[in-house]
Amino acid sequence: MAPSAMAALATPNILAGDSPSQLRCEGAWVTRMLAPLEERIAAVAKDLGKEVLIDGSAITALDTSGAWLLHRTVRALELGGRSVRVQGLRPEFDALLQLVASRSVHVGEAAAPPLGRLTALGLAAWEAVRGAYGLLSFLGEAALTWARSVLDPRRIRWRAIFHNIQTAGFEALPITGLLSFLLGIVIAYQGAEQLRRVGANIYIADLVGLSMVRELSPLITAIIVAGRSGSAYTAQIGTMKVTEEIDALRTIGIGPLDLLVLPKVVALAIVLPLLTVYTDIMGIVGGMIMARAQLQVSFTTFLHRLEEAVSLTSYVIGVGKAPVFAVIIALVGCYQGFRVTGSAESVGQRTTVSVVQSIFLVILSDAMFSIAFSWLEI
Amino acid sequence: MTENVIEVRDLHTRFGTAVVHDGVSFTVKHGEVFALVGASGCGKSTLLREMIVLQSPVSGSIRILDREVTGLSDDEALALRRRWGVMFERGALFSALTVTENVTTVLEEHTTLSAQLRTEVAAVKIALTGLPPDAGQKYPNELSGGMRKRAALARALALDPELLFLDEPTAGLDPLSASGIDELVRHLRDALGLTIMMVTHDLDLLWRAADRVAVLGEGHILGIGTMPELAKSAHPLVHEYFYGPRGRAAREQAWKQR
Repeated sequence: MAPSAMAALATPNILAGDSPSQLRCEGAWVTRMLAPLEERIAAVAKDLGKEVLIDGSAITALDTSGAWLLHRTVRALELGGRSVRVQGLRPEFDALLQLVASRSVHVGEAAAPPLGRLTALGLAAWEAVRGAYGLLSFLGEAALTWARSVLDPRRIRWRAIFHNIQTAGFEALPITGLLSFLLGIVIAYQGAEQLRRVGANIYIADLVGLSMVRELSPLITAIIVAGRSGSAYTAQIGTMKVTEEIDALRTIGIGPLDLLVLPKVVALAIVLPLLTVYTDIMGIVGGMIMARAQLQVSFTTFLHRLEEAVSLTSYVIGVGKAPVFAVIIALVGCYQGFRVTGSAESVGQRTTVSVVQSIFLVILSDAMFSIAFSWLEI
Repeated sequence: MTENVIEVRDLHTRFGTAVVHDGVSFTVKHGEVFALVGASGCGKSTLLREMIVLQSPVSGSIRILDREVTGLSDDEALALRRRWGVMFERGALFSALTVTENVTTVLEEHTTLSAQLRTEVAAVKIALTGLPPDAGQKYPNELSGGMRKRAALARALALDPELLFLDEPTAGLDPLSASGIDELVRHLRDALGLTIMMVTHDLDLLWRAADRVAVLGEGHILGIGTMPELAKSAHPLVHEYFYGPRGRAAREQAWKQR
């Protein structure tokens, strides 16, 4: 191969030679220019005699791909019961052809058969079972770690807990506050039209207060935190798994659950109720501003009515759901992180699954809370 | 067309106030296995990154395959990049793709070969690097360190480059795999007529595979030549490099084998 001659490359070609059993190759048989040649070979190689002579003296450049194509042609002809001779190749091209031929025994043997539909279904089902088993094992291990830490408080990683309180809680204040404020405005604005029609302006406090405190504020906070922190947990633990940091932790005798999972669960369980209280306030402030603008309900009247409308029970129920949501988000985020396998793509997949799953489970458990409370008539 | 595949002239690189290269010049001839050595942090890898247009020097010129690569536009860099292959220190295989797919992706991007031919060519490249045939179906994280390097080499060879850059081809390998790489490097050069530019710490690899070696240190080229020539160098740093305890062992080994 003459790399310096690459600048001017002749189009590679294969032609019928002087006699019916002769083929003549010419031009540069290099990777970039091979595509049209593939089809030509199929056309030319059809009507040939028993003994084929391939003349390679006009080949000006040959690389491994070109050599492979030539070798493949020769082999296909030989499989068709013909004897083939290649002649006239430059010595260096001939050496390359020999090299490729010597390696070609491997080619084509390695392809794995495609999976049947039933096999794929079975594998998917097995994967689901294993996932469920894995989740249970993870829950068990996390519970054990938690129990050990409670019995031996020195094991608790306070630094990690405080760090997580800052990143998942304090740094989430602006976005959760803004969103619940806007949510309060939206609810009040939508309710105002209806309430004005029946002259029940003052009930805007009931509407905003109850819906925010009991349902919306815990839910919106949990969803934002799942998107913000749950995904971060998965990505962090997943990347640590890819770089074998998790194994490193194990070998130096630090339980990965001790260091990575428990502090996150504890921190989120502390922070999410606090965030919920904060979003309660922001949502009600938003509703209050809208109530004054649309329904002429003053702040003092609104707050006075709020005291009567929102019972302590409703408030406690709203805030009390938050730690449950927190545990769900943290555990799902961490579990999905541990399920990452070796590749960068897997980190992305697991992060997506983590967010979808934790939001789904949060809303599902919220629905179950509602059902349970209505049975208990709270 | 000159015989020189790489020409580096008066190269200066600085990171902030830290001077990495302070006037580095050397040339690599066609068909040569050229090695760049030096202590950790002496700027070998930076120089490599500058040659493959991932980073720009402050001043100086780098000519590769008769093109000036400093200040190249993206399109021009692409044209040049198709003519060389790079093997990164940690392989940098795409972890979501199998080894075969890692190779065929490159072919798919730059050629119009049929899918069938692409797979076959990939299999040839994988076989050329000495990997077993079933390795093609595996994902990078299922391979051992040595196999990963070979797979990375197969990807670097995908477009039949004229020039191959190897960053630490034997780092992290056991002596047996490493000596396999030594042979592979020479074999590829002889069989495919490549020019090979490698950055390495491995003295055994230098003795066994490199035609010429440049020692980089203190921002300059401290010595350049064949291994026996360098071994006679009077420069204290070069001397220490080759006559430290490990250097001596590698030298004795190399002489015994000749």
